Amino acid sequence: MAPAKRRNVSSAKTAEQSAKTAKIDLTRKVESILKSRKHANDIFDILEFLQSDKEKDVVSAVNACSTLFCTLLERKELFVGKLPAEEEALSGGYSAEEKYRIFMRHRYHSCVEMLLEHLSSEVHGIKESALCGLMKFAAGEGQHPLEDLDWSEHYSFPRELIQALVDRLLSKTTDNSLLISRFQESLELEDVRYYVMSSIRENVGKVMDKNKGAVLPIYQNNVFALMSNISMPSQESELSNFMVKQEAKHEDWKAAKLNEHKRVFEKMWLGFLKYKLPSTMYKKVLVILHDSILPHMSKPTLMIDFLTAAYEVGGAISLLALNGLFVLIHQHNLDYPDFYKKLYNLLDPSVFHVKYRARFFHLANLFLSSSHLPVYLVAAFAKRLARLALTAPPTALLIVLPFIYNLIRRHPSCRVLIHKPSTEDEPLEDPYVMDEEDPVQCCALDSSLWEIKTLQKHYHPDVAKAALLINTPLSEQEDDLSEVLEITAYELMEKDLNKTQSKSIPLEFETATQLLKGGGGVLGQHFCLD
Amino acid sequence: KKREEEHNVRNLADKVRKTKASTEIKNNPFEVKINRKKFDILGRKTKHDVGLPGVSRSKAINKRKETLLKEYKQKNKSSKFIDRRFGEYDTKMAPEDKILQRFAMERQRVHDKKDVYNLNEEEELTHYGQSLAEMEKFNDIVNSDDESEEKGLLSAELTASHFGGGGGLLTKKTSGNQQEEEGSQRAKSRQELIEELIQKSKQEKRERQVQKEEAQELTEKLDQDWKNIQALMVKKTPKTEQANKQEEKPKLDEYDMMVRELGFEMKAQPSEKMKTPEELAREEREKLQKLEADRLRRMLGGEAGDSAQTQSHMSADDLNDGFILDKADKKTLAYQDGKWNIGDESEGDGDDEDAEEEEDGEEEDSEAEEGDGDDDDDEDEDDEGEEEGEEQEDSSGEEEDGHSDLDSEQESEDEEGKQENKETGAKPKKSLSKEEMKAQQEAAKAELPYTFTAPETFSDLKDLLHGHTPDNQRLIVARTQKCNHPSLGVGNKLKLQKLFGFLLEYIGELATRSPPELTAIDKLIPELYALCQMFPEAACKSLQSVLIDAGHSMEEILEVKGHAGFPALDMLIYLKVTALLFPTSDFRHPVTTPALLYISQALTRCPVRSLQDVTSGLVLCCLAVEYVSFSKRFVPELINFLAGTLHLAVKDKTSLGYTVVPPFRPSGKHSDLLVLSDSESCKGWSKKNLPLSATQRLDLKNDLDRDNHRLTCLSACLDLVKRCCLLYKDLTSFPHIFQPIKTLLSKHLSAQTLPEPLQEVHNEILEAISSAPVTHSPLVFERKKPIPLKLLTPKIVEVLDYGKKHGSTREEREKERLKHKYKKEFKGALREIRKDSRFLAREKLNEIMSSDAERKRKVKELLGSLATQEGEWKALKRKKKK
Repeated sequence: MAPAKRRNVSSAKTAEQSAKTAKIDLTRKVESILKSRKHANDIFDILEFLQSDKEKDVVSAVNACSTLFCTLLERKELFVGKLPAEEEALSGGYSAEEKYRIFMRHRYHSCVEMLLEHLSSEVHGIKESALCGLMKFAAGEGQHPLEDLDWSEHYSFPRELIQALVDRLLSKTTDNSLLISRFQESLELEDVRYYVMSSIRENVGKVMDKNKGAVLPIYQNNVFALMSNISMPSQESELSNFMVKQEAKHEDWKAAKLNEHKRVFEKMWLGFLKYKLPSTMYKKVLVILHDSILPHMSKPTLMIDFLTAAYEVGGAISLLALNGLFVLIHQHNLDYPDFYKKLYNLLDPSVFHVKYRARFFHLANLFLSSSHLPVYLVAAFAKRLARLALTAPPTALLIVLPFIYNLIRRHPSCRVLIHKPSTEDEPLEDPYVMDEEDPVQCCALDSSLWEIKTLQKHYHPDVAKAALLINTPLSEQEDDLSEVLEITAYELMEKDLNKTQSKSIPLEFETATQLLKGGGGVLGQHFCLD
Repeated sequence: KKREEEHNVRNLADKVRKTKASTEIKNNPFEVKINRKKFDILGRKTKHDVGLPGVSRSKAINKRKETLLKEYKQKNKSSKFIDRRFGEYDTKMAPEDKILQRFAMERQRVHDKKDVYNLNEEEELTHYGQSLAEMEKFNDIVNSDDESEEKGLLSAELTASHFGGGGGLLTKKTSGNQQEEEGSQRAKSRQELIEELIQKSKQEKRERQVQKEEAQELTEKLDQDWKNIQALMVKKTPKTEQANKQEEKPKLDEYDMMVRELGFEMKAQPSEKMKTPEELAREEREKLQKLEADRLRRMLGGEAGDSAQTQSHMSADDLNDGFILDKADKKTLAYQDGKWNIGDESEGDGDDEDAEEEEDGEEEDSEAEEGDGDDDDDEDEDDEGEEEGEEQEDSSGEEEDGHSDLDSEQESEDEEGKQENKETGAKPKKSLSKEEMKAQQEAAKAELPYTFTAPETFSDLKDLLHGHTPDNQRLIVARTQKCNHPSLGVGNKLKLQKLFGFLLEYIGELATRSPPELTAIDKLIPELYALCQMFPEAACKSLQSVLIDAGHSMEEILEVKGHAGFPALDMLIYLKVTALLFPTSDFRHPVTTPALLYISQALTRCPVRSLQDVTSGLVLCCLAVEYVSFSKRFVPELINFLAGTLHLAVKDKTSLGYTVVPPFRPSGKHSDLLVLSDSESCKGWSKKNLPLSATQRLDLKNDLDRDNHRLTCLSACLDLVKRCCLLYKDLTSFPHIFQPIKTLLSKHLSAQTLPEPLQEVHNEILEAISSAPVTHSPLVFERKKPIPLKLLTPKIVEVLDYGKKHGSTREEREKERLKHKYKKEFKGALREIRKDSRFLAREKLNEIMSSDAERKRKVKELLGSLATQEGEWKALKRKKKK
C-alpha cells in the first residue's frame, strides 16, 4: 500500500534529512488527504510529525494541520454535534460518510490536544506556532460550529477551546510573557477578548482557590501579563472587529456590548486583586491602575478597598496608590478620612530617591493645590519637605524648592515660614517636631525654613540659586513644576557641560605635583597609591 | 546746422579726451571745476572739491549710447540681433579667458575631422610656431652644441660677416687679402668668405678644447696629490704652524699688544636682553635637538659616523692641532644629561663613577678613535665582554666602569633588552654596589631620546611610554612638551592639545590595569598640570567628555537596572585629577560642577554591596570633602553616605532612632558589611592608609584581615565625619543635618566598641555636634533699599556735536537716516531720468534732422536730374529746330 510504504520511508528518514523535504512531504499529504478520502490514514503521519522533537518539523506539521483541519471545517467534513466514541462509531449504525466524519473529528481533537500540549513546550518557536494554529482552529470553529445550535440564545463561539488555551497560557511554572505578547494580536478581536477575560477570571479563581490564596509569582506574573495586554475599547462603536460573526441577533450578543465587556473586565481584575500579590506585582498593578484599569471598569469604586489597602502598606506602594486614589477622590467622590495626614506621613527621605518621585510630586502638587486646606497643614508639609530636603540629591531639590515656594504662594499666611519679622532678635530653637505624626501638632507654623537657608550653601549652583529666593519676597507667579519633575542628574550635568564657555576657563593656580596632594589632602590622609 | 556743428565739436572733444591721458585732463584748467568751499573744516576729508564735468558728461553720454540708445533703436522691433559667440554676454568672464575659450572651441571644431583616415589634412604639425613641413625643406644648418660655446665670442670678422654692418671693416679685411684675391675672380666673394670664416672658427674652437682638457687634467692631478698629502697636513702641519706662531709671538710689537689689550678690555657691555618665552622655548628646543643629534651620532657609532665623529668631536677650543689632552683634562669634554659635565676629578672612585660613567663612555669613544677606527665595531659587537674587562679596570682604580656609552645607547634602542643586558653585565661582578645599580638606571634614563615627535594617536603615546619607568615616562612627556612648544610651530598647539587628551586617556588606562600603576599616574600629574595651564580650553573639553561619558553610561545603567555600580578606579582618578587641575571652589565651573554632581550621583545611586564598594564610596567621600573644603558648600549626599557607612557598622539594627537614606537600607543583605566579626580584633588594629586599588580588588584572607579593613574604613569614615562637622558648623541646620549621625554614634555605635584611636575621634565628633548652636533667629526677608523719590530736576543733555540729531531713539535715528537716503536716491533717480529723456530727445532730433537732410539731398538730386533732363530735352529740341 502506498501510504504504508511512505510511512516506512518517512520513518527510515535519518535525522539529517532536511526539514524542507518533510515540509514538502507534509503539504503533499495534506493535499492528498483533501483530494480523496482514500488517503485519510495519512493523517496519522502528520500527527506523528506533530510529536517530533525537532522544532522545524513541529512547526511545519502545525501548519499542515491547520490548513488541513481548517479546510475540513470549511467543507463541513468534521462531525457536528455530540461526538460518539470511536469504537461506538465503528459499531453503531452510522453511514460510511458519518464514520469518516467521526474519524476526522477524533483526529481533530487529538490534534488540538497536542497543540495545547505544545503550548507548554520549552521552545518558543513551537509555542508560537501552536498558538497560531489554535487560533486558526478557533476562528474556523467559530465560523463552522461543531456543536448543534438548537436553541437561539446560544451563540457559536469556541469557548472550550479558548478556555483551554488560556489555561495553558497561564502556566504556573514557566514565564509565558513572550507568548502572551504574541497572543496580544488575537486580543484585538472583540469576542476573543471577551471570552478570554471570562476565561481568565475562571482560571484565576480556580487556581488561586486551589492554592489557598498563597502567592504564586510566576503564575501571577503570567496572569498580569495577559491582563495588562488587554486593551479595552472606550466606545461602543469601536466594537467592530470580531473573529466570529454571528448570523442572528448579533447586536444582542454579549461580546458585542461594551457594558458586558466592562463588567467582565472588572470582574477579572477584582478576581485577580482579591488574592495576595507579591510586592513587585503590587507596584506593577498600581502603576497601570489609574490609566488602563480604572477607566474601563463599570464601577471603579469597587477598587477602593484595594487602593486603601495599598495606601496603608507604606513606602513606594503607598506612593503609587496615591494615583489611583486621586482618580477615585477626584472623579468618584471618594471620601478618604485622614488622607492628608497619611500623605504627610508618607514623606520620608526615601521619597526623593524612589523611581516614582516625579509622579509623587505631581500628585502631591495636585492634592495640595486646593486653596481650602488649613494653613497649619500646608505649613507642616512645607516644613517637613524642607527638613527632608537636607538629605535630597540636587535633582530632587530642584523639585522640592519650587514646590515649597508654590505652597507658600498659594497660602500667603504661610509666608511666616520665611518671613517672621515680629519676633526678631531673639534666637530660638526650631520648634518643629519632626517625629510628630499629626500635622496639627507639629508646630510648623512657629518655625522658619532654616533648612532652605542652609541650602543656600548647597554645592550645586542651581540649587543654591533657587534657595536664595527666600531672601526676598516671592514673586506672584507660581513656578511650573512640570519642567523639573523629570530632570535627571545627567541632564543637570549636561547643562553645565554643554554650556559654551565664552570666557576663559579658570584654572587651579596651586601647582599640582602629586596625585594625592591638594584640596586639603583628605584623600592622601586615608589612602595611598599602593 | 548749428546743432550739428555742436555735436561734431562734442564728438571731437570726446575723441580728444580719449586720446589724452587723465593727468593731462586734470591739469587742464578748462576741464577742471573747483567747488569752492565756504569754510575750511579741520579734519574733514573732502571728496568733491575738484570735479571734471567734461569727463563725467562724456562718460554719461557714452554709457547712454551703449544702453539707452541701443534700447531705443531696438524699440518696436520684433527681431533681435543675438551674438552667439561664446561668452559674449558673460560679464564675469575676463576677456582673456573669453578669447582662450573661443580659441579652444574653434580648435575643437576644426578638430572634428570629417575623414577619420585622413591623418594630416587640417592639422599642421609645428615646432615653435613654424610648420614642420616647411622646416624639413630647409637645408640642414649645422647647429650642434658647439654653438653654445661660441657664445660671447665676437671676433671682428664674425660680426662683420654675420651682421653685415660696418662696411668699412669688410673692406678692410678684403683689402688685407687683396693681393691674393686679386688674381682670382670676384665671383667667390661672399659665399667663399663665409666658408672660410666657418673653417677658421672651427679651428679656434678645437684649440680651445684641447687647452681646456689639459687644464682639467692638471687640476685633477693636483687634487690627487693634495689628497695624498692632506692626511699628513691635518695632523702635522698645524703643529708646526702653531710652533711658528709661538715663535712669532714675541716678535709682536708692543704697541700692537697694547692696542689689542685695550680692545679686549672690559667695557660697559650691554646687558643681555630679557628673553621672550618664545626665545626661551626655542633655546630649550635647540638644546634638546642638539643633544638628540649628539645621541644619534653616538648611537650610529663606528662605521657610519667615523668621519663625522672625528670632526664633530673637536671642541670649540680645539686648535685643530692634533694635540691630545691627557685624561684628567679630557673630562671637560664629556657630557652628562645633556650638560657639559665639569666633573671634579679629585673625588674618589665611588661616587664619581656614578656621576661620570657617561663621560667614561665618551672617553672610550675618543680613545678608540685615536687608536683605531675599527675598534669601535668590535666594541659594539661584544660590549659585554668588554664591560667585564672594564669592570676590572674599574676595580683597579681607573675611572671606568662597565657602562660604556655605546652600551647604553643600545639599551635605549630596545628597552626590553636593557634590563637583562644590565643584569647580565652586573651579575658576574657581585661587587657592584646598590649605588652603582642606581647609577646605571640613572644613566639609562639619561639616555632617553631628547626630542620626541608629538603622538598623533593614543596608541602612539602608548607606544612611546611603553616599558619605561614612571620617572622616564614623565621625562618623555616633559620633553615632548618642550619640543613641541606652541611658539615653535604652527601645528604644535593642536598637537599638545591632543597630547593632553591622550595623557588623560593613558592615565585612565593605567588605572584600569591590574594592578593599577598609580605611581606612573602620580608622576604624570605635573605634566598634566603644565599642559592644562597651557591649554585650559582643551583640557576642559577633554575632562568634560570624560565626565559626559561616565555620566551617560551611569544614566543608562540606572535606567535599565535602577541602580549602578560604583565608578571604577580610573573614574576616581579622573575626579581627583579634575580637582587638581581646576578650582573646586568656584560657584559654577564647567568641569568641577559636573564632576561634583557625578560624585553625588554615585553616592546616592550606587548600592553598597561589598567592602570594595565601601572603599570606593569612601574615596568618593574624600573627594567630595576635598571639593568643598575651601568653599564649605553643603553636600547632603556626603552626609547621607557617611551616616549610611556608619550604619553598616551598627550591630543591632532594631529600634533605630534615625532613618537611613538610600542607597542604604535599614536592614538587609548587605547592611552588616562593617560589623566586626570578632570584637577582639579592635585591639590589634592600627591605622594605616588603604591602597587605592582596594576599591577594585581586595584579597582579605581571614576574618582578622577583614576586620582590620573594616576598622580602617570606619576610621576613615569617622575622620570624614569630623571634617564635615568642622566644615558645616556654621550652617543654620547643622544640628538637623547631623542628628542621624549623632544618634547613631551615641546610641548604636558607642565608643567602647571601637579601638582607642577611634574613640577619640568619636568623642570629638559628638562634642562638635552638641556644641553647635541650636537657636536661630527666625527668617526675615532681606531689607530692601528704600526706593528713591522721583527727582524733578530737568535732565540736561550736553550737546557736543552740532549738526547731528540727538536725543532720539535708535529706531528714530534709523528711520531718519532711511528717509534721508530715500530722498537722496529719489532726487538722483529723477535727475537721471531727466537726463535720459534729454538724451533721447536729442537723438530723436538728430534722427529727424538727418532724415530731413537726406530728403532734401534726394529732392535736390531729383530736381537736378530733372533739370538736366529738361536741359537735354531742350537742347535736343533746339537742335531739331536747327
